[in-house]
This record gives sequence, C-alpha cells and structure tokens, in this order.
Amino acid sequence: METTILFAPLIGALICGFGWKIIGETAAMWVATGLLFLAAILSWVVFLSFEGPTEHIQILRFIESGSLSTDWSIRLDRLTAIMLIVVTTVSSLVHLYSFGYMGHDENFKEHESYRPRFFAYLSFFTFAMLMLITSDNLVQMFFGWEGVGVASYLLIGFYYKKPSANAAAIKAFVVNRVGDFGFALGIFALFLMTDSIRFDDVFAAAPDLANQNMTFLWTEWNAANVIAFLLFVGAMGKSAQLFLHTWLPDAMEGPTPVSALIHAATMVTAGVFLVCRMSPLMEFAPEAMAFVTVVGATTAFFAATVGLVQTDIKRVIAYSTCSQLGYMFVAAGVGMYSAAMFHLFTHAFFKAMLFLGAGSVIHAMHHEQDMNNYGGLRKKIPYTFWAMMIGTLAITGVGIPLTHIGFAGFLSKDAIIESAWGGGSMYGFWLLVIAAAMTSFYSWRLMFMTFYGTPRGDKHTHEHAHESPMTMLVPLGVLALGAIFAGMIWFKPFFGDTKYVAAFYDIPLAEHAEAGESKADGAEDGAKTAGDHGKDEKHHDAFGGAPGEGALYFAPDNHVLDEAHYAPKWVKVAPFVAMLIGFIMAMWFYIWNPTLPGRLAANQQPLYQFLLNKWYFDELFDVIFVRPAKAIGRFLWKRGDGDVIDGTLNGVAMGIVPFFTRLAGKMQSGYVFTYAFAMVIGIAVLVTWMTMTGGAK
Amino acid sequence: MDTHLLSIITFMPAFAALILAVFLRGDDEAAQRNAKWLAMITTSVTFVVSLFVLFEFDPNDTGMQFVVEAEWLLGMQYRLGVDGISVLFVMLTTFMMPLVIAASWNVEHRVKEYMIAFLLLETLMLGVFMALDLILFYLFFEAGLIPMFLIIGIWGGANRIYASFKFFLYTFLGSVLMLVAMVGMFADAGSTCIAACQDGQVALLNHTFGSESFSLLGIQIVGGAQTLMFLAFFASFAVKMPMWPVHTWLPDAHVQAPTAGSVVLAAILLKLGGYGFLRFSLPMFPVGAEVMSEFILWISAIAIVYTSLVALVQEDMKKLIAYSSVAHMGFVTMGIFAGNQQGIDGAIFQMLSHGFISGALFLCVGVIYDRMHTREIDAYGGLVNRMPAYALIFMLFTMANVGLPGTSGFVGEFLTLMAVFQVNTWVAAVATTGVIFSAAYALWLYRRVVMGDLIKESLKSITDMNPREKWIFAPLVVMTILLGVYPALILDLIGPSVTALVENYDAAKEAAMGALETAAVSE
Repeated sequence: METTILFAPLIGALICGFGWKIIGETAAMWVATGLLFLAAILSWVVFLSFEGPTEHIQILRFIESGSLSTDWSIRLDRLTAIMLIVVTTVSSLVHLYSFGYMGHDENFKEHESYRPRFFAYLSFFTFAMLMLITSDNLVQMFFGWEGVGVASYLLIGFYYKKPSANAAAIKAFVVNRVGDFGFALGIFALFLMTDSIRFDDVFAAAPDLANQNMTFLWTEWNAANVIAFLLFVGAMGKSAQLFLHTWLPDAMEGPTPVSALIHAATMVTAGVFLVCRMSPLMEFAPEAMAFVTVVGATTAFFAATVGLVQTDIKRVIAYSTCSQLGYMFVAAGVGMYSAAMFHLFTHAFFKAMLFLGAGSVIHAMHHEQDMNNYGGLRKKIPYTFWAMMIGTLAITGVGIPLTHIGFAGFLSKDAIIESAWGGGSMYGFWLLVIAAAMTSFYSWRLMFMTFYGTPRGDKHTHEHAHESPMTMLVPLGVLALGAIFAGMIWFKPFFGDTKYVAAFYDIPLAEHAEAGESKADGAEDGAKTAGDHGKDEKHHDAFGGAPGEGALYFAPDNHVLDEAHYAPKWVKVAPFVAMLIGFIMAMWFYIWNPTLPGRLAANQQPLYQFLLNKWYFDELFDVIFVRPAKAIGRFLWKRGDGDVIDGTLNGVAMGIVPFFTRLAGKMQSGYVFTYAFAMVIGIAVLVTWMTMTGGAK
Repeated sequence: MDTHLLSIITFMPAFAALILAVFLRGDDEAAQRNAKWLAMITTSVTFVVSLFVLFEFDPNDTGMQFVVEAEWLLGMQYRLGVDGISVLFVMLTTFMMPLVIAASWNVEHRVKEYMIAFLLLETLMLGVFMALDLILFYLFFEAGLIPMFLIIGIWGGANRIYASFKFFLYTFLGSVLMLVAMVGMFADAGSTCIAACQDGQVALLNHTFGSESFSLLGIQIVGGAQTLMFLAFFASFAVKMPMWPVHTWLPDAHVQAPTAGSVVLAAILLKLGGYGFLRFSLPMFPVGAEVMSEFILWISAIAIVYTSLVALVQEDMKKLIAYSSVAHMGFVTMGIFAGNQQGIDGAIFQMLSHGFISGALFLCVGVIYDRMHTREIDAYGGLVNRMPAYALIFMLFTMANVGLPGTSGFVGEFLTLMAVFQVNTWVAAVATTGVIFSAAYALWLYRRVVMGDLIKESLKSITDMNPREKWIFAPLVVMTILLGVYPALILDLIGPSVTALVENYDAAKEAAMGALETAAVSE
C-alpha cells in the first residue's frame, strides 16, 4: 500500500508529461488527479490504522560503496504517516483546484498545451516530496530534497516567458543549494563519525556522538553539535529561514496553486520535518538546538514585520508562511518536536487554504495581485470570502482561551508558544508573542483591504469579478474543515499528556512512571493544573526508550511538554491577547480610520522603506555575493586563465611558435597524413630505442 | 581465457579505417554515404562485440581478464586485458562512438578522412584502456593525440589552428616527462609488463619502486624515486584531465572542435588522465601519491571553485560547458587521491557519468549550432517556444550536470565529496561549494538559451530536433537516469577491483611509513 502511495504520483506525472498526446489533455489530467486522490485515500488509511512499530519496506538498492550502503526504501512511522496525509491531501486538492485555476491562462496562447505540463510537474513534485518523507536514509532524503527543489524550480518558472519568473526560479534553486551545501556536509560528517547514513544506525550512534569530538575546518567540535548544525543549514534553505529566506517571496511568481502546495503546505516544511526526523540526534546537540530556536524566533519576527506592509496579496501570505515556519523551528529547537509537527500539520490546511483563497481572488480579479486594487469584494465572491475568513481565523489563532476549543491555528500556535516558555527560551517566547500580534494584524489587514471598504483600482475588473468554479471551491471547502477541526481533533496526540503523545509516536514510557496515577489526571487538561506542577511532577509519565525507538526521541531530561502544560495562565493567554491587539489595530487602521496607514507611512518613511524593502536583504546579498562572484569569475577568466596561465605558457612557447605557424600553413594541404604517420613511427622508434638502452643495464 | 576478443574490439575500427583509406575513392555523395555507413556499422558492431566482454566479465576476479598476448617487434610485447577498473572505460568508448558518428551525419567536408580519423581515434583510445604493456600504453596514449589534433585542425572553427596547436603542445609536453619516467621504471624493474605477465617477468603493478628519501640539488625529496616518477606521470595525466592550472587548452579545443570532436574529447579523451592515475600513479607509486595527495586534493578543490566561477561569466556555450567539465574533473582527481573506496568508486563513476552528460551537453550545443551557426549565448533565447523536445532534453542534462540526485551526475559527486571529507574537511567544504556554483552557471545558461519569450527574428523559424537527433540522445538519457537510480550496476562491477586497489595502496603506504619510522629510530 505504501509503495502504491509512493509511486502513484510518479505514474501520474509520466502519463501527464508524455502520455497526453495519446490519451488527450483532459484525460491525462484526470488520470493524474485520480491517482493523487487514490494516494490520499490510502494515506489516510495508513495514518488511521498505523500504530507503531516502525516498518521498513525495501524497494531497490541504491548507492553501495565500501562500508556505505543505502537503499531506496520506505520507513513508515508516525512522522512519515503525518507527512503522508499532509502531502497527499493538499496535493490532491491542489490538483483538483488547478482544473479551474489553470483553465484559461493569459500567459499562454490558446493552442499551447501548458496544462498537462503543469499537472505533470505537480505530480512529480508530489512524488519527490513523498520520497523525502518516506526515506529511511539521508541519501534518499537528499534525493527527495533536491527533487522537490527541481519541481519547485520548474513550477516557479512555469510562466517561462516572464523574465521575473525565470529569475525567481533560479534564485530559488541556487539559494536552496546554499542550504544543501550544509546538508551535504552534515551527511558526510555523519558518515565519517558513524560509518552509516541509515537513520537506524545514526540514531543508535547518537548518544556516542554527544561525547565525541571531530575535526571540522579549523578546530575540534563536539560531533553531535556540528552535525546537527550542518543539517539545520539545509533545513534553513528549504524552509526559508533567515538569511536563506530570500527565495520564498520571489517564488510567488509561480501559479498560485503551486504556492499553496509547495511554498506553504509541503516543501517548505521539509526543513521542520528534517529537524523532527533527526530528533534523536538533536537531543544530544544542545548548542545547535539553541541556534535553531534563535533562528526560528528571529525569522518569525522578521517575516511578520515585513508582512505588515506588503501589498501583493501573495507576498503577504508568503511572508506569513516564512514566519509560521519560524514558529515551528522554535518548537523543535526547544525540544518539543511534537508541537512543531502539530503546527506543520494544521498550518498545511489553513495556509494552503489561504493561498487557494487568494488564488480564487486573483482568478476573480483577472490576475490582479495588488491589494491596493481590491476592496469590497465580499459580496462579489462570497464563498471565497468565507473560506478566507476561516483561514484567517485559523492563522490568527481564534479560540476560547484556556480551553482546547478553537480553530486549528489556535491550538497549534499556542502549543508552540507554551513550549517556548516551557523550554526556557524567553527570547523565543517573547518574539513569538509579538509576532502573533503582527500575524493577526497583517492577516486582518489582508481581509479588510480585499473584502471590505470600497472597490479601488480598475472599475472594469471589479465589475467583472466573478466567483470561481466548483473545482476551485470544493478544495477550499475541504481545507476549511481541516482549518477548523484539525486542531481540536488531534490536540491530544500532538500536545496532550505525555502518555498520549508517547502512544501516538510509539515512544515507550520511562519505567519509573506510575501509570495508574497519571491516568487519573491524564484526561484533564494540562491547563487546569497550571501553577502547581512542582508537587506532582513525579506522578507524571515521562518519555523513555532509546534513540530511534519511537518516531521521535525525547531525552530523559526533556520535560518541555510538562513545563508547557504547567505554564502560568498569563503565558497561555498571551498569544490570545496578542491576537486581539493585532485585530483591533487592523480594524483601527483599515476600517475605522483608513487614511491612517498612508499618513503613518509618510511620517515614518525610513522604517516604512526598511520594511517594504524586506530589510534590504536582496540588495545586501546582491552586493556581497552575486556581484563579487561574477567579478571574480571575470577576473579569473581574463587575468588568471588569460594573462597568467596562457601568458606564461605562450611566453615559453614563443621560441617555437614561428615553427608552428609555418607548419600550420601545411595543415590544409594533403601532407597531413604523411606528417601524422611520421609522428607515430617517430614515437615508436624513440620508445624502442629508450627501452633497449635501458634494458642493456 | 585466451581469446582474441579484445584484439578484435580494438582493431576493428582501425581495420575499417584502412578499408576506407584504401578502397573508397571519390568524394561524391555516394562515397560520402558509404563512408558514413561503414563507420556507423563498424562502431556499432564494435559496441555489440564489447558487450560480450561485459557479460562475460567476472567482477569478483580482481586480476586481468580476457588477456591476449603476442610477441611483437624488437622484443616488445603486445598484451591486452581488462579488469574492473578498465572494463567500463572500454564500454564507455564503444558506447559513445556510434553516437558520435551519428552526430556527424551532416559533415560534408572531407567525409572519408573525417571518418578515418574517428575510427583510428577509437582504436587508439580502446588500446589505452586495455594495454598491459608500458610501451604499448605509451604508443596508444600518445598516438591518440594525432587524430584529435587533426579533427580540431581540419574540421574545426575559425580559430582552429591556434586551438589545435595549444592542445597538442600542452598534452605533448606533459608526455615527454612521462616517457622519461617510463625509462626509469624499466631500468628499475627490468620489465615493461603491467600485469598478467609471462613466467619470470616482473609485473609493474606488483613491483615496489624505491621510496627512500634522498636529496637532489639540495632539495630533500620525500618518497624518493617514487615521488619523482609520480610527478613525471602526473605532468602527463594532469594535462589530460585537465587539472587546474594546466586546463586552458581545453576550452579552446572544445570551442574550435566540431561537435563530434567535442563529444569525444569530453566523453572519452578526458578520461585517459583519470584512468592513468588509477592504473599507474596510485598502485605503482603509492608513496609518491601519498606524499603528493594533500597538494592534489587542494588543487582539485581550487579547480572546482575557480572554473565554476569562470564558467559563470562565459558568453560562449561550449566554453561554459568546457569549464564545467574541468570542474567536474576536479571531483575525479579529488576522489582518486582521497584514496579510499568511496573516493575511487566515486571517481570512476563520475568519469563515466561525465562521459554521458558532457557528451550530451555538447550534442545539445551542436543541435542549435547546426541550425544557427553560432555558439554565442546571447544569440539565443526563448527556444522552448519552438523546440519543446529540445528544451526537455537540455533540461535533463543541465540537471544531471549540476548533480541532481536521481541522475548519474549525483552519485560520483556525492561519493567523492564524502570520501574527501574523511580525509580533509577543508578541502571537502571548499569543493562542496561547487554544488552551489554549478547550479548557478548551468541554470543561468539554460535560462538565457531556452527560457523567455522568443523575440529574436533569426530564431523565429528554428525547428525542433529531428528523429535522428532524438535517437542520438535516447541512449544517453537512458544511461543517465538508469545509473542515477540504480548505480549498483556500475558499483558492483568496479567494487572488488577498487577494493583490491585501495588495500594495496594502504598496505604500501603502511610499509613505507614503517620503513621511515625504523629509519628515524635507527638514526
């Protein structure tokens, strides 16, 4: 069954890419979509029926060289199962949605068959993503990792006639390669230290790594920290964390369904998945984990600030994605991998929905993406409006404080913020709370600018604004269900009491735990016992088992889950308050006092420009990386190759050049074979003579 | 297993060349067609025959197989054979040649001579990979220069004379030193036999050359005679690879060579150096190799970064791919001199894979060069609009060139980098930046040529690939993906031979180091 899930999208991609000429465009697209839905259904079956232990399915041998041995294979555990449903569900819905969205594209002429190509890329992407999440070793993961990068490259550059799309595609690939540079070094270092890159072996060796040093570059390092750090650099690239984030906003050049699938729900979360997957290693690398937390929190804050002032609807959501990924890394960084996965899971639904909703708006507005030209669309496209509303309620985290009732984002985001507090990262906690306020602000700003107020921009476009077809609305509806309920349904296994989480991920409980007592209060919410965690801590279950035994590993001294559950009330209410502040600010700026944003921007020009230009990262990187690389390249070519190397050798050869020029004159003539023959004979005679004399000794 | 299979494979193309030279008269269309077909059939049959070798080859036997031997003039011996290291290079050569001939179907100028040159070249290259005698090896190795020299010089572009002489000069000067070393080897071992010798003869592969350090002209030479011999061979092989900083002949040669010439040059001739390192430098002069390995690792890493940066700013398509070739060869030398199983496995894999990929990339350039007669990148743009099949194939090989996992380009890079990381993390880190640069220059090239809107007037009527062109690419596409997904096909074949090589290398190093230590103690 798992093999079917894995290869269905590949078959779909091949049929769509090459078979459409035989079976027709529409048929090919339906085949690909059908296969994806099949994969999605099977994935849900796997997810709901799976209950540990980890399964391995070998498919084919891969790279084997000396002690290095890797296979193409499937590792099925809870992490894989979660990712399976996220990827296949969103992907199948996006396929369906694309029938409507890509139906008539103005970037292509009527006779051009761009649709099957689009579907083929989408299906190929899904295949690569599935390879990434099901892999049981780092090389196969790297295959998926780069495979999704290529699919992303192809889809960002899908409108190949637009120079901006082409530039964005290359940027995405190259920036990701910077991350892959770290990832690859991490893999090499793991192989050096553990002589294997299979997860099972690596996890088993993780505790030893914590006590070993390895020489890397200029000095000795703790092995676990170095490896974890290098792998995380890969994750930073794929998940668009600070410094390597610049490609993500530009990636919005791709068609909107692509943004929903790749740049919101799945590919960009691969980095988070990697960190969670490597939890047995991460647990032994405290410094690297602290780095993860700081980068995650800073990104969450940074991206949110930029999101405040963007006017392109897709870019706002792109920065929002960047910021939410930062949240996930904070959770992973403080050791609460389960909360990171929780947010990854719920975020996939509501962010995919926001993007698809935005796509619906763009579709309605004839590919207008600037929110300055929207306004008052609520009545024109009501279904889209309600979908976006649900998405916004989810991302901003609306729910009833101190209970577990609320939209998906309410539960998962609060879980992360509590984990940050519980993990003792005050930096992470405060930045995330501030970012939560900004999240709320820019999300509501998007809603107000798009759906409320009076229509702005081209009148004609507004008059012709129309609701999207059913193929686009149905996926929105399905995702809306996820955005509303996913948090409430799966709260317990992701962030409930230790024993639920342990059972979900098939982690054995520590032996000293008193199962009977913890059962009594296990059903109660952690929130209710807040404040008195000190006294009954020992009655609680604790995670146990060896690294690699369950889908996640928590070190014996990792009590973040308990700490988070017993966080003070103000900590638990903080994100909700932040959300309210953001909401009220947005109301104030865009409903009650619509001229305020313009005035503020004029007053605070430097700050506004700083944010609008995304903290000038693009300009900075251009100056310190892109231009110097080209300049050095040119210098090495003209000066290095031309003057120094050729110059020297030509100088040496100057004496014999006249001889060659004379000879060159004969080149065209018929003497050339005589000459060649003479040379062969000459060499033969020479060698023979040398040998004979040598032999005489 | 005394069959003449290898002799047949080696000399069949030469025999066809002889027939062409002697019997084919005239330069009319019929004669041209005959010449092309004869070359096509000969190279194809050679490939089919070589398949027998591949199927009968026993990977677990690390010795020479299919050995053929005969007395030759002046007491020299003719001896051919293949082991796990050379058999795949033989296959690469026989596999590529029919494609090269098919890619030359449009040649009109001096077709007969053209085909003769390529057929001779095939014989000589096969001879290099099979030769088990020093002199025989040298003959094949050097004589291979001549047909290539002529191919560039006669059928090349505008500046072909300069390029052909540069090519000739570089490679020839490197060889002179090798010749001297060969004489030295004979003097030391009293035999020119490389392996699988007659009774009583010393096999050079089993002979231990002196490695006592001595001082020469006031310079202390660590590793003694071995180091000197190593350096002499290195001079020749480094030019052939080519390694930085003796690489500058390659871009010129590629740019001026006709498409088929570039393909042979990139796919096969560049592998002679790497093969030489594996056949001679590492097994015969292990101490010399050990002394020099740090240095070579560094210049390999520099080569990767340096040539990648240079590739970034090229304006000529072939030059860009040529510089990219130099970078990829950097991975090969790095893998070889990492001196462990992954490194050498990876280096061999990389050489084969580079044969397919760079060959295909030069063919890609050839496809549009045939139509537009320019290699200038700026002359193109938006080809995807009229050439979708071409865009697809070019994309595949661009991705293979940047080492995308799932294509054969990945396996070699990955293994060599992994290998060198075990030896020297600095070199590994510097070399790994190559994956970033390669993505930048390859995709930038692709974008400028293929992507965008088709606005240039001259390109408005360009046609997509014809069936002949598609059929040339088909085998390369299959190999690139097949080896990328299932590299065990290659790794299983070379594994035991490489293991033996690595073990011998390590043992020799150990012994030499032991000797050095005893010497130090006794002092």
